[in-house]
Amino acid sequence: MKYMLLIYSDEKQWQGLSQSETGQRMAAYRAYTEALTKAGALVAGDRLQRADAATTVRVNNSKTNVLNGPYAETREQLGGYYLIEAADLDAALSWAARCPGASHGAVEVRPIWTM
Amino acid sequence: MIGHEGDRNARDAAERTARQSYGKLVAFLAHRLRDVSAAEDALAEAFSAALADWPLRGVPEKPEAWLLTVARRKGIDAERRRRNSNAAAGDLQLLTEELAESTADANEAVIPDHRLALIFACAHPAIEARIRAPLMLQTVLGFDAATIASAFLVAPAAMAQRLVRAKTKIRDAGIPFRVPERTEMRDRLEPVLEAIYAAFSEGWSDPAGTETRRRNLADEAIWLGRLVASLLPKEAEALGLLALMLFAEARRGARRSAAGDYVPLDEQNPELWDARLIDEAETLLLRAGPMGVVGRYQLEAAVQSAHVARRLTGATDWAAIARLYGALMELTGSPVVAINQAIAAAEAEGPAAGLALLDTAAADARLKEYQPYWAARAELLARIGDNAGAREAYELAIGLESDPAVRRFLQQRRGALRH
Repeated sequence: MKYMLLIYSDEKQWQGLSQSETGQRMAAYRAYTEALTKAGALVAGDRLQRADAATTVRVNNSKTNVLNGPYAETREQLGGYYLIEAADLDAALSWAARCPGASHGAVEVRPIWTM
Repeated sequence: MIGHEGDRNARDAAERTARQSYGKLVAFLAHRLRDVSAAEDALAEAFSAALADWPLRGVPEKPEAWLLTVARRKGIDAERRRRNSNAAAGDLQLLTEELAESTADANEAVIPDHRLALIFACAHPAIEARIRAPLMLQTVLGFDAATIASAFLVAPAAMAQRLVRAKTKIRDAGIPFRVPERTEMRDRLEPVLEAIYAAFSEGWSDPAGTETRRRNLADEAIWLGRLVASLLPKEAEALGLLALMLFAEARRGARRSAAGDYVPLDEQNPELWDARLIDEAETLLLRAGPMGVVGRYQLEAAVQSAHVARRLTGATDWAAIARLYGALMELTGSPVVAINQAIAAAEAEGPAAGLALLDTAAADARLKEYQPYWAARAELLARIGDNAGAREAYELAIGLESDPAVRRFLQQRRGALRH
């Protein structure tokens, strides 16, 4: 099955990190991505720009509304994702627990809709 | 309703098979189809086919294998429909082949027992906690949503909806049907035992035994407890939970007097306790002991064991009980345990020691609305001669109690206080 790991964390907390702390965190993500790749579990993955770079679009009665900002204002923001292949939810949860995001934020695990 | 003899035999055979093998068949099919609802649906159709077929042709030699074969065919049909509607052929051919292969297994009459895997799926951390026990009762024992709803005092429609949602989650989230590895066993076993104990407590909370369905719930929880203990004979806490439930069940008949009045544990007549269940519970605890994993169920069972030892010794070893509660307190930090510890300490060392422990426990604000806290406090205040304080505490306890028998008991205690 395919699962999306959605990484939510506090952007302000990221900003408060020292240079070496940021370096450490990035290294942790690189190692994690490497582990996923080696295991043949990685389908895709990206870090997202900050939530204030987001624009939200909604079409109502053929009228397009464009709003500045993310869809939902929350304390923790969607900051990145991994799309992985895992045998079942337990395997996906075990990858999620190893994701650095699970330690500095939270990781939501969502199964992909199979067509 | 029942027509002729053959009809009744077929019905009986179907019902017996249902009782004995329902969970096994659901587990087997769910494991294959990775879908509990599909397994249940297929099996329901197989049972109704049996009721139509068996009265005419007689009960097959291997009813389980017969049911499984039909259920599997229905399961494949349903899967085909589902997949077609999803516009995906997928690995249907593979599934069909795999199922055909396992038909051979079934005909050899050894249906692999995947019930434990099913139980772990029902109590998966990704499943909402309050639906885990109902889910087990439905999938492993075959209860319908309405029966489960009435046992848990929930509206039938709400219960049915929660059950459907949980089964959909198992399928869509890909919750596996497997027994956890050794390393994860402790974490994963806990919610299983918790769910079984929750079902037991629901059934136990009908002391008058007037509501048959709730009483059945305690029996069914014990049945699940036995199943888990027999499938995981090396898990000390699984044995501990079964022992705990058996100790409690052994005292069921002694909890009320002939007049329906509440009888506290230390005033119960040991001759009314079920010696056979107590012996079984003691044996389980002895088996669990050397496994070296002490947990809350074993400790609570050990408390029960110390209480029922009175039937042999004639006296209760309160010091031992206080020590066991102390250990439980360290493990759980539960304010409810703290109250029991205080009561035991009061018996062992005097009411002042018990009151001191109650005062410490009272730091937890939840206790202010907890009947046993006020009842214990009242009892101990009465013993040190503070009748005014005792009267006030009894009043609160009475106001917080919902069981009329216990309320009457508390009122009698308050009435017995000297002015």
